[in-house]
Amino acid sequence: MTTPYAIYPARITERRAETSGVYTFTMRFTDPGIRRSYRFKAGQFNMIYAFGVGEVPISIVSDPEEPEALQHTIRIVGRVTEVMGRWKVGDIVGVRGPYGNGWPVDEARGRDVVIVTGGLGCAPVVGLINYIFRRRDQYGELHILHGVKTPNDLLYRERFDEWRRAPRTRVYLTADRPDKSWHYRIGVVTQLFDELAVPASSVAMMCGPEVMMRLAARAFRDKGISEDAIFLSMERRMECAVGLCGHCQYREYFACKDGPVFSYRAVRELFRTTGI
Amino acid sequence: MTEPMYMPKAALENLIALLRGDGYKVLGPVSRDAGVAFEEVRAVSDLAAGVRDSQEAGRYRLEPGVPGEIFGVVNGAGSLKPFFFAPDENLIEVRREGKSFKSSEVIPPPRRLAFVGVRACDLAAVAVQDRIFLHDRFRDTHYETRRKDVFMVAVNCTRSAPTCFCASMKTGPEATAGFDLSLTEMDECFVAKSGSSAGEAMLERLGLRTASAGEAEQARTLTDRCAAGMRRQLDTSDLPRLLYEQADSPRWKEVASRCLSCTNCTMVCPTCFCHAVVDQQEIDGNMSRRVRQWDSCFSLEHAHIHGINFRPRIEDRYRQWLTHKLASWIDQFGTSGCVGCGRCITWCPVGIDLTQEVAAIRASAIK
Ligand SMILES: Cc1cc2nc3c(=O)[nH]c(=O)nc-3n(C[C@H](O)[C@H](O)[C@H](O)COP(=O)(O)OP(=O)(O)OC[C@H]3O[C@@H](n4cnc5c(N)ncnc54)[C@H](O)[C@@H]3O)c2cc1C
Ligand code: SF4
Ligand code: SF4
Repeated sequence: MTTPYAIYPARITERRAETSGVYTFTMRFTDPGIRRSYRFKAGQFNMIYAFGVGEVPISIVSDPEEPEALQHTIRIVGRVTEVMGRWKVGDIVGVRGPYGNGWPVDEARGRDVVIVTGGLGCAPVVGLINYIFRRRDQYGELHILHGVKTPNDLLYRERFDEWRRAPRTRVYLTADRPDKSWHYRIGVVTQLFDELAVPASSVAMMCGPEVMMRLAARAFRDKGISEDAIFLSMERRMECAVGLCGHCQYREYFACKDGPVFSYRAVRELFRTTGI
Repeated sequence: MTEPMYMPKAALENLIALLRGDGYKVLGPVSRDAGVAFEEVRAVSDLAAGVRDSQEAGRYRLEPGVPGEIFGVVNGAGSLKPFFFAPDENLIEVRREGKSFKSSEVIPPPRRLAFVGVRACDLAAVAVQDRIFLHDRFRDTHYETRRKDVFMVAVNCTRSAPTCFCASMKTGPEATAGFDLSLTEMDECFVAKSGSSAGEAMLERLGLRTASAGEAEQARTLTDRCAAGMRRQLDTSDLPRLLYEQADSPRWKEVASRCLSCTNCTMVCPTCFCHAVVDQQEIDGNMSRRVRQWDSCFSLEHAHIHGINFRPRIEDRYRQWLTHKLASWIDQFGTSGCVGCGRCITWCPVGIDLTQEVAAIRASAIK
């Protein structure tokens, strides 16, 4: 018998500061057997453990074809992530996973892809964009929409600029409250949907505040995109990641094992009411 | 299942002794803190015999019962849940090893438990928890270890508490599965049936005779009458749809004005499985335990994640609880999360009654 809670040690081999309070760590399982057998899909997550402190769900942002070097981008927000922010190269941390269903990257192959993020940026979406760029010829046009409150909230500014220069790619950035440094659009992210022209055969994937996702999903449906081709990554509290602790319930779903990515068709009815 | 057997009341002593002889720790309803709890019984005299429970919404009393009646108490606050899904248990221990660490599973020590006097609803609740902890995508090794070596002696209900509604939930009053032996208590004797090969072997060792047609008939009449006389009912038609569609019912606000969000209902419920997973470091810093503790969807932190609480209002949390119990549970696990034991009604400090809440939501359904 092996408990689903078993934690495997992994060594940090790289630490990169994305911005203040956001770090990307590369980690490798110390056990060669685990390292070689571990596989994951784009958009899945791990439970990341700080010895004696706790464990939190964190998406895997690196490429599934390089499962031996896992990357996680962690934002420091509280008790556990605070400790993670102090991790250095060479430290041994704990990992168990992968969990969740991941992004529908196979379904999206050959089609135009619209990616929407908002708020403080979403690590899972960065992994998705990287995934598509590494297989650029397998996907159609790529549209990346990102809305922030203030320019300070924009993480990965250089990456957005890099993506913008890539062929068959359009990047739309907007800020509610811009400053002088801001030379992108002004307003809420939903305004971007009006100017977006995409075929009904596109696939939309999004991650961010639920209000934003609700509006975006409706806008895409109005553009003729099927509710089965609109995907939302939902965040819920998770303490076990194996569908037992009950915290991530979203009516009939467990976000950890049935999600975190859901089609709009699956959750549309739940979006009608708040507090679910 | 074998044919019904006639079991003199004195044979219960024998049954307990045989189970103990087989290495089982025998547990049954014992008087405790003005109620009953499943605790160790070494002899029939340890059982809460000769008393009955008086239950109503928000109220529980033990009262003098019928002399000679052994299983007079329908139920107490405690079910079998804590014996298999422990309220607070170690899952793993993580030990430092140089710069690294090693995690190892903490397996609960093996033990054989025999339960005497388990009601049909509580057996059904064990089946519900089995579905969650044993037959889902991930198998819970701790639950599995605790659940493995168990002998169940059911007692069919011949009297229901006013809070019971197992007939509506189709879980009782007669136990139909999940037991090794079932007993129907009558004035002078039990009618016993086996539900497993272990139960059958036990019946043989007890040296019982076959019950007469009249005795078997009388036992059946008693449970049938109990089912027919059950006061509370819950109309399960149209679930889960009804509660999904009524997510905006004004009744949620109304019940929230009474609910204290105290978590009692979830703590006494024999099927609620939500739990917290907590890491606790030893004082020397070299070892850390991962502990699982019962949690409740009524707690404020339950749906909290980095600055957002998805269920900030009591109406959100009560809706989550009731919708989960009676509706989404069916989609998740193919069975209702409620077995009709009535505990949440009795032990709610303000007497909130889920059967009334469902009836009110149904009556005011916005079509
Ligand atoms: C599927 C999924 C993927 C995620 N991916 C990333 C990612 O790639 N990068 C990233 O920075 N963050 C990610 N998060 C969010 C991250 O898990 C939380 O920020 C983290 O749990 C906060 O922990 P903390 O101890 O630092 O904060 P705390 O001080 O504990 O709490 C801060 C807040 O987080 C909540 N929280 C505590 N523990 C948990 C838990 N186990 N699960 C969820 N919430 C909890 C608390 O209720 C509180 O509101 C993801 C969350 C989910 C569900
Ligand atoms: S919801 Fe109430 S009546 Fe139903 S099983 Fe739980 S405690 Fe018993
Ligand atoms: S026991 Fe009653 S008051 Fe307490 S949380 Fe449950 S419904 Fe609310």
